[in-house]
Amino acid sequence: MTMDAQSNAVVEPVPTATPPHPLVEFWFHFRQNTGAVIGLVVILLLVLVAVFAEVVAPHSPIAQYRDAILVPPVWHEGGSWTHILGTDDIGRDMLSRVIYGARLSLMIGLIVVTLSLAVGLALGMTAGFFGGVVDIAVMRLMDIVLSLPSLLLAIVVAAILGPGLFNAMLSVSVVVIPHYARLTRAAVLAEMSKDYVVASRVAGAGPLRLMLVDVLPNCMAPLIVQATLGFSTAILDAAALGFLGLGAQPPTPEWGTMLASSLQFLQRAPWVVTWPGVAILVTVLAFNLLGDGLRDALDPKLKR
Amino acid sequence: MSENPVVQESPVVLEAIDLRKHYAIRQGLMKPLATLRALDGVSFRLEAGKTLAVVGESGCGKSTLARSVTMIEPPTSGHLLYDGRDVVGRSPAELKELRRTVQMVFQNPYGSLNPRKTVGALLAEPLVVNTDLPARERRERALAMMAKVGLRGDQIDRYPHMFSGGQRQRIAIARALMLNPRVVVADEPVSALDVSIQAQVLNLMMDLQEELGLAYLFISHDLGVVRHIADAVMVMYLGRPVEHGPKEVVFARPRHPYTRILMAATPRVNPDLRGERVVPKGELPSPLNPPPGCPFHRRCPHARENCAVDVPALRDVDGRLVACHYAEEMA
Amino acid sequence: MPLLDIRNLSVEFTTRAGTFRAVDGIDLSVDEGEVVGIVGESGSGKSVTSLAVMGLIPAPGRVVADRMSFAGTDLRTLDRGARRKITGKDVAMVFQEPMSSLNPCFTVGFQIMETLKVHERLSGRALKRRAVELLEQVGIPAPESRLSSFPHQLSGGMNQRVMIAIAIACNPRLLIADEPTTALDVTIQKQILDLLVRLQKERGMALILITHDMGVVAETAHRVVVMYAGQKVEERRASDLFARPQHPYTGALLDALPERALGKSRLPTIPGVVPGIGDRPQGCLFNPRCRFAKADCRTLRPPLFPDPEGEARCYYPLGGDMWGAPE
Repeated sequence: MTMDAQSNAVVEPVPTATPPHPLVEFWFHFRQNTGAVIGLVVILLLVLVAVFAEVVAPHSPIAQYRDAILVPPVWHEGGSWTHILGTDDIGRDMLSRVIYGARLSLMIGLIVVTLSLAVGLALGMTAGFFGGVVDIAVMRLMDIVLSLPSLLLAIVVAAILGPGLFNAMLSVSVVVIPHYARLTRAAVLAEMSKDYVVASRVAGAGPLRLMLVDVLPNCMAPLIVQATLGFSTAILDAAALGFLGLGAQPPTPEWGTMLASSLQFLQRAPWVVTWPGVAILVTVLAFNLLGDGLRDALDPKLKR
Repeated sequence: MSENPVVQESPVVLEAIDLRKHYAIRQGLMKPLATLRALDGVSFRLEAGKTLAVVGESGCGKSTLARSVTMIEPPTSGHLLYDGRDVVGRSPAELKELRRTVQMVFQNPYGSLNPRKTVGALLAEPLVVNTDLPARERRERALAMMAKVGLRGDQIDRYPHMFSGGQRQRIAIARALMLNPRVVVADEPVSALDVSIQAQVLNLMMDLQEELGLAYLFISHDLGVVRHIADAVMVMYLGRPVEHGPKEVVFARPRHPYTRILMAATPRVNPDLRGERVVPKGELPSPLNPPPGCPFHRRCPHARENCAVDVPALRDVDGRLVACHYAEEMA
Repeated sequence: MPLLDIRNLSVEFTTRAGTFRAVDGIDLSVDEGEVVGIVGESGSGKSVTSLAVMGLIPAPGRVVADRMSFAGTDLRTLDRGARRKITGKDVAMVFQEPMSSLNPCFTVGFQIMETLKVHERLSGRALKRRAVELLEQVGIPAPESRLSSFPHQLSGGMNQRVMIAIAIACNPRLLIADEPTTALDVTIQKQILDLLVRLQKERGMALILITHDMGVVAETAHRVVVMYAGQKVEERRASDLFARPQHPYTGALLDALPERALGKSRLPTIPGVVPGIGDRPQGCLFNPRCRFAKADCRTLRPPLFPDPEGEARCYYPLGGDMWGAPE
């Protein structure tokens, strides 16, 4: 290697190993957090259980066994292996109801998050990108939604739309949209001031391309984290609505509804109340752990 | 061999005529709008294959100039001609077409590349936006450009964070060249780089200029770099050019007090190159509230009474343009 | 006895790619009232060295040294409380980015007075008076009114002056300035450097000036240390270094400066890159990029060879046999 004018050419030797793919790198950071990995495993199990509910559940969730009313779980006196987790007050198998309930809860989480994320993202991007009057209008609307107590708002919307699981999901989505809108707007504003956006403008990119192709991918990290945590909020809110009788209607085995209809048995047959409660707890915890892990794994790369 | 060989004049690629950019700044609900004169009457001609260096400190308007020249923001008044065609007053479609003639390299190698895109995608973007080339063709052009700036082709699918600062600047330069522009605006392209890397990137830019006949608008605060790479120098202060002329003329005998102070303030390794020991006094005045008369008079060691009253015009003195009432006296 | 005496300082960080030596066996000594410049490019370890002296290396990093003493006190054995008494009072530091080194939530006056309260135990009117005095000394006009300004209301140059005021508040014997002017305009840079030199002379303060700008060091320092990839590769008086550099890296760095290339159209460059974690060469760390490298440079790591004007870590220094130096 000479040091005259030729040294302008390829001057920097490349390290021989190919650097890892960003997903591989992400997984490396992610698995450092044991809690997050546990959360992920639990969620995967839940998904499997939900998808294969017909295979996994020993009974139908709505089948009533008249001769097995309020049977305690198998490890109690009087329990049997036919109904491992016991039965409820009209003879429905708890284990099967909890398993089918997983399907419902995951579906609730998915639909609510997708809906609110999509709408919140669109609103936030528009507000952040166009600024001015549009920004003010959108953000004040979001402020109004945020200033109302979320559960009350959900109840009002559900009451207007009528009871039922789908309407409950809709109302919960509406209430959560402002969180995504705000996050997106903040992320968009931060990215817009960066040089690479100006560089794309100099190259001739129009506003749509700038928004969707250049800026959006860089805003995703906080949104992904929020969405994961939003899953658990959605499940809890839907359970609350179900508890209040505005969500899923019996005999739908939604965990919240199950809780609502069995409070009276708290002393007599605590298992009827416990299993749906435990199911909610475990699911929400798993999603929260996953969300925390995602945030930690995504952040160090961002900070670089 | 004739005494005066015919000088082949390079074509003028870019001409700015009295460019002005004013911003209306809201100072509060009750107060009137203030005017920020970011650019206040900038004119220059840029020829193909030549470099015009714009020198100044923060607040002098060089970033605004970069944004105006690359048509990101339309000037408030004045003309900007590319190959004789005025940019001012064009439709967005025409602007998009004109934009292919001028591209930009930014200062910060860490912020000017989209961290979520591979090098290949970054280089292909100008082509995606402006041409109908198929993906394979775009990739080939990206590879060709990478070779031209001294990067290995097998790195085309890597992400920016895997490269060093110097390599990222090469990527930025490659991106700027994808549309075969005639003018490249380089906004402090080597300021954030180490000395040895700076030398490499400067050499690269000069090689490319020779090979492609590029015209550079080279914005920098580093007079050492400017002296090396520029053909002409324009020193700016508070949005106005205060001295503008060929490099040799300006550096041999600067005639504006601000230019002299800049040169004296630049730290030099070679003690013989260090000029008069002038410590500049004061700070840059706020562009919202420029001093009356000559904008530099409050910090000028040679200021006299009329300097606080009369705004000096840019006039021809000793082979260059100077905006100082007493330019002739500066030895 | 030197004010700051460091022998064989190493700072290591363990990452998943292996152990990384940011600083590798540095010797550094600074006398009272002396200005020492440390120059190097990115990855040279110059900033990490100063952080190690101040005790600011975060947890996973390991700092080891044969000797690290300040005014006779061994810094290695001090507990955190004792260390804090010295840091900020006798040894102070000024950082690169004035905007991020000052707390944006507190006024400038509050931040200066905080230092005075902690170290000098002043209070009330004496405290305020001293703060105003300090602002005056660093050249801030109308200092009383500035006490209640927030950092974002002041320019970069002003903020850096405030930083310097905080640093000299307790009359330190040693001031470490890490790239204090890199983020500032050239004219402001000149003012700040002049201020540092003036304060240094007036107070008999030792100054360590860390920078990548050779020009700054040439104009300000008495003695210069050149660092490369965590090692010290050369040390000598400033005037000698720039007139007669001995280490090829120093020579190449000076040649790459645009101010030295007058007339030539292309700048001489240094091929290759600074070694990172995985590719530290055997032998001399600079050998893959050095055009004078010979066989023994590639196999055996050179020690620092003293010569009449200083020392250089090279078997074949640029001056050759100028002083009959050993090979």
